[in-house]
Amino acid sequence: MTASATIPTPRGVASRRRRRTALVRTLVRHSLIIGGLVMLIYPLIWMFLSSFRPSKEIISSTQLWPGDSFTTENYTNGWQGVGAESFSTFFLNSFVIAGLCVVGNVIACSAAAYAFAKLEFPGKRILFAIMIGTLMLPYHVQLIPQYILFSELGWVNTFLPLVVPKFLATDAFFVFLMVQFIRGLPNELMESARLDGCGHLRTFLQILVPLSLPALGTTAVFTFIWSWNDFLTPLIYLTEPDKYTVPIGLRLFLDSTGESSYGGLFAMSVLSLIPLLGFFLAFQRTLVRGIATTGLK
Amino acid sequence: MTEVRTDRTLSREGQAPSRPGAPAGEVRGPKWTKMAKRDALAAYGFLGPWILGLLAITAFPILASLYLSFTNYSAGGTPDWIGLGNYQRMLEDPRFWKSLQVTATYVLVSVPVLLGFALLLAVALNTGLRLMPLYRSAYYLPSLLGGSVALAVLWRRLFAQEGLVNDVLGWIGVVGPAWLSDPALALIPLMVLNVTTFGAPMVIFLAALRQVPQELYDAAAVDGAGAPRKFWSITLPQISPVVLFNAVITLIGAFQAFTSAYIVSGGTGGPVDSTLFYTLYLYQTGFNYFDFGYASALAWVLLVIIAAVTASTFIGSRRFVFYGGDSR
Repeated sequence: MTASATIPTPRGVASRRRRRTALVRTLVRHSLIIGGLVMLIYPLIWMFLSSFRPSKEIISSTQLWPGDSFTTENYTNGWQGVGAESFSTFFLNSFVIAGLCVVGNVIACSAAAYAFAKLEFPGKRILFAIMIGTLMLPYHVQLIPQYILFSELGWVNTFLPLVVPKFLATDAFFVFLMVQFIRGLPNELMESARLDGCGHLRTFLQILVPLSLPALGTTAVFTFIWSWNDFLTPLIYLTEPDKYTVPIGLRLFLDSTGESSYGGLFAMSVLSLIPLLGFFLAFQRTLVRGIATTGLK
Repeated sequence: MTEVRTDRTLSREGQAPSRPGAPAGEVRGPKWTKMAKRDALAAYGFLGPWILGLLAITAFPILASLYLSFTNYSAGGTPDWIGLGNYQRMLEDPRFWKSLQVTATYVLVSVPVLLGFALLLAVALNTGLRLMPLYRSAYYLPSLLGGSVALAVLWRRLFAQEGLVNDVLGWIGVVGPAWLSDPALALIPLMVLNVTTFGAPMVIFLAALRQVPQELYDAAAVDGAGAPRKFWSITLPQISPVVLFNAVITLIGAFQAFTSAYIVSGGTGGPVDSTLFYTLYLYQTGFNYFDFGYASALAWVLLVIIAAVTASTFIGSRRFVFYGGDSR
């Protein structure tokens, strides 16, 4: 092919032309894909750059580059929040809650998944079917009685309603994800561990957990992102600003300053996305694999 | 790595256990029975947290909300049995009907468009481009951020009277409307925001596309089929289980959308209830008016609607979903 292309025989011309149309087609395809991407991502870039401009300008102009009016005031002012609580509190709360949710989901969901995937017990079929059924249950059906339950327990305005359910493996998605993964692990390893006198707990901790790290990683990353973004649950349960998470802090900021302080609002919004972007950059492959296997968002 | 869960694998998992669960006493010796007993005990130990969660945090609230839906119950009071009272009240509640209409519009418009974009991009990315993984990740990014308060804040600005969207419309000579204060238009920005999260189903489509056997395309090419023909006759039937799966997941998600409407409308669902999502109305009923009985009835209606829509999607899909080949 390459040799014939250098000699201008009729066949060489044809193949060169064919190659040129292929090149054009590839270029068109790339530019369409990149064009779509720019449209999709542009608003985010605009928000990022606008967060370095005075509030008045954010409202009155849509230009991209801050130019002369570049300022970092939005970040310093916005960080103060409104009222007594600053965004330090909100970020700290968000990190604590998200961290506890990750720990809870990883422990509780992997334990349940181990039982479903590798152990035999009466009632397994029906319990598994119930677990699959809860996958499709809208959260809102549980909302009111859960609120009544948690307020009877005195848990309103604490982190417990956000965190305790994770330690009870109520996110069936992750149980399912890990069942799928653990089923694929060879039984022989576990059986030989049993023959060597390993109890179930040791088999689980020393054989299963190290082998399941990819699935545990997916669970951890998605749990973090979901609880970081969660709005409805903290909106209901966290009533005092000192307990607010970042999304609720942003809402408070929006409600109390409105259009007057878009700079601070944009700056804090950008900061609220940074942990997500960090996770995205660090764990892209885990995320993509996680979605491809289970259909998580 | 590119394993795809379809609804079929889902239902297959439902009947998963390979061996009978209970110990078969007379075949195995007493030692085995003892071991099986220990196994079962250990299994329940591992399942303990999940079972507790299922009972206390999932099952009990669902049944309790069914009971409460037949009562008149405000926060702090006691539930009064009123039979079907809440459901009758719904029939005459204009905000209930409005919220149904808003949610139905949101779901019926944004879900098909979202799935269309997801499929289009997946097909475009599945052409052996070397930069595919990079593009895939970049397109996925908005899905990750789309549910956040920050994006809803951004959307308020984008669709403001002097926002970016109207700027772009201005280039082509269109005078942009007041998106967020016009009741006829206010839902559109929220639908656009939902559509930008097509990245997650796109990734799933992409994984499915890569499993379509190349021989089918080769055979079609020999028969002289063009690209559109290949798409309709090979690609679409081959990935139809995944189309169904994505449709169900996206539908369920869209029915439960909340954050964007809350932030963009400032919690009101306005202007004139034009963005009053069903979930938002439920939230207002429960946590602004503390009308727990009525809110529970609303929740149960949502459950029934989602179950009905999901079931009819499955039933309606029988005609076009193709389960074949032993590769999946």
